[in-house]
Amino acid sequence: MPADPKLAHVALELAADARGLMACRFDPTGKYLFATAEDRSIYRWDLAAAAKEPKSKPTAFSAHESWMFDLAVTADGQTLISAGGDDQLIWWPAAADAPAPIRKVKAHEGWIRSIALSPDGKQLASGGNDRIVRLWNVADGAKVAEFKGAERDVWSVVFHPGGQWLLAGDLDGKVHQWNIADGKLARTFEATQLHGFETGQQVHYGGVRALVISPDAKWLVAGGLHKGTNPLGNIQEPLALRFDWESAKVARQHTTTYKRERIWAMHYHPQGFIVAALGGAQGALVFWNDAADASFHTFALPGTARSMCVSADGLQVATTHFDSKVRITKLTAKA
Amino acid sequence: MKPCHYSCGSAEHVLSRRHFFSSLAGAGAAAIPGLDFFSSPAVAAEMSSRQKRMIVINLAGGLSQLESWDPKPGTSTGGPFRAIPTSVPGLHISELLPKTAKVMHHLALVRSLNTNLPDHGKGTYLMNTGRRQTPAMEYPALGAVVAKALDAGGATALPGHIIISPKGSGGRSADSAYLGPKYGSVSLDGGKAPQYTERPASLAEEASICANDIRRKLNDRFALRRRTAQTDAYTQSYEQGLELMRRRDIFDITKEAQKDQDRYGSDDFGRHCLLARRLVESGISYVRVTHSNYDTHNENFNFHLEQVGDFDGPFSTLVTDLFERGLLDSTLIVVMSEMGRTPTINANYGRDHWGKAWSVCLGGAGIQRGAIIGATNDTGTEVKEREVDAGHLFHTYLAALGVKSTRRFDIAGQKVPMADPAFAPIEELLA
Repeated sequence: MPADPKLAHVALELAADARGLMACRFDPTGKYLFATAEDRSIYRWDLAAAAKEPKSKPTAFSAHESWMFDLAVTADGQTLISAGGDDQLIWWPAAADAPAPIRKVKAHEGWIRSIALSPDGKQLASGGNDRIVRLWNVADGAKVAEFKGAERDVWSVVFHPGGQWLLAGDLDGKVHQWNIADGKLARTFEATQLHGFETGQQVHYGGVRALVISPDAKWLVAGGLHKGTNPLGNIQEPLALRFDWESAKVARQHTTTYKRERIWAMHYHPQGFIVAALGGAQGALVFWNDAADASFHTFALPGTARSMCVSADGLQVATTHFDSKVRITKLTAKA
Repeated sequence: MKPCHYSCGSAEHVLSRRHFFSSLAGAGAAAIPGLDFFSSPAVAAEMSSRQKRMIVINLAGGLSQLESWDPKPGTSTGGPFRAIPTSVPGLHISELLPKTAKVMHHLALVRSLNTNLPDHGKGTYLMNTGRRQTPAMEYPALGAVVAKALDAGGATALPGHIIISPKGSGGRSADSAYLGPKYGSVSLDGGKAPQYTERPASLAEEASICANDIRRKLNDRFALRRRTAQTDAYTQSYEQGLELMRRRDIFDITKEAQKDQDRYGSDDFGRHCLLARRLVESGISYVRVTHSNYDTHNENFNFHLEQVGDFDGPFSTLVTDLFERGLLDSTLIVVMSEMGRTPTINANYGRDHWGKAWSVCLGGAGIQRGAIIGATNDTGTEVKEREVDAGHLFHTYLAALGVKSTRRFDIAGQKVPMADPAFAPIEELLA
């Protein structure tokens, strides 16, 4: 069954015991959904059970000494990896009754903002405030390589579908592309529209908050915000820059009718469109394709989104919210 | 210019050295008499040899107490940052301040400030005057009070009240209220020297000297019969202007040793901290440095990561530098904002305006090193111990500078309390 963004509807609301949900990730096998919260816990919902009883309590577990900004789940659904603001990556048994850390790795100095699994699932990339991107063996947590070049905080990391390139987007709006085999910086995509320095408030604002590559590797898309005229007051507009992979030139500047928002997360759907989660004033899902700068569809969420993940079958979009809820939006007809 | 006579004649203005120190003893070991005494040149001369100074670091917009002096890690309000130990045993502050943590033994914290004014304008006024704003009276800014209280006298003295900010007006402000324009702040726009302190190239030095000689003669003739505080202020502003021109290099931090320029850093805040040190070392009584902006309704944690990170290095360097130069015992340092930020985190990872339970850091002259005054509850939502108002802090600043804060200004015969009489110094914070 194909996904149809125009059929988007919130099919399920799941509540955690803590306010302020953050990152989320579907288990690729479809059994669980994981979300992090400001109380430094990870919440796990059994999706089958939650479908029957939406108010069922999720399993909560914690070990980080900070918030967790990203999650990854291995393809077999057995291992969850969390990225913390306490310098650490933690490996968890994803399906255990009471998950306890399998492995803790001090991976960075400062927040780890983004992690990504390689296409073959054997390696994990991580990036954060120390501006270094690192590569880890998923099996044993050993460090494989380091990639340098970012001059400000790394906000997003992603593997090229072919597996030979690793990319990271930073606060400056630069997307660095490294050759994994030799660690050399191959080129930089200039998405600097996504960064601004507000001279009155004396702050840097923006960054490549989300970074995706189309499954056919034709497009690289960097998402975030622009027009940050009052960063401290939440005044900005969302923007996604679509780069042609071959030329590294901007092919599209994706905007939307939602103005006081920023892009917190994006997913390149196998059917060829991008879904982006917006947060700021209202919250929405926005859908773009390569045919136009403007979105071909938008879907208002019942609150500002903080992160987003898409199920392996591409039919469900989960968004995390401040009000302790995870909302699952289905891209299919209502049951 | 002839010495001032219009205010002389009272017994208060004819103090001997013995009288001066006996009144010191009477007022307590650390206290210097209030402003009733200060118009005596004899007293002023005595004071100049033991001059105190004050540097205020103003973190504009409202620093989050939870991301600085009063972290609550692991609680519902704590945010993502951890607390780290400091050089004071048992004292932890935010991990955003690793360098400051190493100099906390020179500093003290007040963690129980309840101003209950979650508003930029009202909070600024309160923290800067020690009083709540009222239409009935305009009160002088802290810098004006300190400049007057520590005024060593002399018509050619440099201005005692300097404000350094990334974007200042560059001129003189009317923030001294009834203390008069002499104590109004001089703003250093972007850390640059005050406006109009360079002789125009078209004006020859000899012509300038000649013009000023004529001005002085005319002033002196006028003052023989019609001298007032206002005419003196007018005269003083000219003389001060000339002094600023003569000593313009005190605003030039490139005159500092390269190693000092390097350790303060090249960012605006670092340069401004170095300039503040240079100015107090040159005899300026009060210097306020503004670091902006902390009004983080949106993405509080990203912006505090950036801003507090930029603050930490230069501020800890300033503390260390003052200590190494032997200036810390005579220089009061205060790190303040106009308010704190809400313990509750909003939907956009922001913290909003908050005045009920927040913190101020201070140290140096007259302050007990390593002191921790008051406490908030586990989530930082209320003061649970030793509640303090901005009025208490204002008294404490003056007391720490050796000024008896219960004294009054003599304003044209009217006695005006130097600090709000409803409050008193925080005695346990004083050395």
